[in-house]
Amino acid sequence: MSRAHAITVRVNGTTYQRSVEPRLLLSDFLRYRLGLTGTHVGCEHGVCGACTVLIDGHSARACLMFAVQADGAQIETVESLGTVDNLSPLQEAFREHHALQCGFCTPGMLMTCVDLLRKYPLASDDEIRAGLSGNLCRCTGYEHIVRAVRSVVAKGRR
Amino acid sequence: MKPPPFEYYRPGSVAEAVALLATHGDDAKLLAGGQSLVPLLNFRMLRPGVLVDINRVAALDFVADHDGRLRIGALTRHHTLEMSPLVRVRFPVLAAAMTHVAHLAIRNRGTLGGSLAHADPAAELPMLALLLDAAIHTSSARGARIHAAGDFFLGPLTTALAADEMVTEVALPALPPNTGWGFEEVALRDGDFAIAAAAATMTPSGSTITGARLAVMGVDATPLRLRGVEAALAGQHFAPELVAAAAQQVRDTVQPNSDLRGSADYRRHLVAVLTERVLTAAWSSAA
Repeated sequence: MSRAHAITVRVNGTTYQRSVEPRLLLSDFLRYRLGLTGTHVGCEHGVCGACTVLIDGHSARACLMFAVQADGAQIETVESLGTVDNLSPLQEAFREHHALQCGFCTPGMLMTCVDLLRKYPLASDDEIRAGLSGNLCRCTGYEHIVRAVRSVVAKGRR
Repeated sequence: MKPPPFEYYRPGSVAEAVALLATHGDDAKLLAGGQSLVPLLNFRMLRPGVLVDINRVAALDFVADHDGRLRIGALTRHHTLEMSPLVRVRFPVLAAAMTHVAHLAIRNRGTLGGSLAHADPAAELPMLALLLDAAIHTSSARGARIHAAGDFFLGPLTTALAADEMVTEVALPALPPNTGWGFEEVALRDGDFAIAAAAATMTPSGSTITGARLAVMGVDATPLRLRGVEAALAGQHFAPELVAAAAQQVRDTVQPNSDLRGSADYRRHLVAVLTERVLTAAWSSAA
């Protein structure tokens, strides 16, 4: 085991101080060290998008970063969006348009969409589909996810 | 799918980073965006004893105009290149190519220096570096060097970088005024690595092509600059027949291999078609 490093991270507004081995992936840190299991782990090599979180406001694969690298960073996970009783507009759009079946890909889809909605006009369905192309849904419910994003764009509720 | 153990260092400057590389040699790997390196670690295809994380070397994160040349720091993210007003105005072909790099979450992390040093033969940035006559600046504890892009890419995942050396900056010489551009890529899905791609610039004077550049990838161990095709275009009057002849010349020149994603014949066909499209787009978008 290599030397552990003390890190301080702010996740969803709460500050955590932990000691981590360098090889600990950020995805495992969030789930197993902080108990934030909303971030899902699919492929662990950056292909499926399930573990997507925001790091200092920008979407990133939590499986392609080490927790030690997040020292000093602000991280947002799906737990930062809404609650069951008070969904965020994006979550509400997913509910309304049936944009999830099993829900495994949903946390990554949502965090990806948060960043896409901030950075791109998403004026066409082609642009929405291209934006979602880095997140895999094994239920193949993409059409409904596109509809949900389209409705958020149309309502201007970014 | 968990990476093997390693010692972790986080230098704050290029001098500290190259000192760590000098000390640890082959056992050390630089960690920039990590979008290619971390999958290799997770698969345990690589087992470096030391990772040198350069994400806090703020001096490597810049896009700046310098006497007509565009200087870009090695830590500049793909998404920054995609959005930078300087890049969009001065090298729109580079900004356009970046939209084909994987997905936003990858582009937010992946870096210019990392992509060049990794030298994936199907990645966009090495081809763009060749097209734009990039000067690739590198540093080591032994000193600094400047590599012409044409001398930098030696094979798949192989560059002229020494084990103790790192990319620090890329300088792009200005394109002539009124230069047009084209970029086309074919991949199985949005964001996948390219099966083939082509990029061109063209500078007109009236109906004459005063200069053209053409680069392709997906047909060799590295991206290629096709200078023979460029020479055949220079000084000619632009015409669809000329573009068709250039595409035929590309088809006759490249020697691709077959693999799971495409046969040699298919790749030869693709780059010829893409060549026709990028040359036409370059002419149309000029002036």
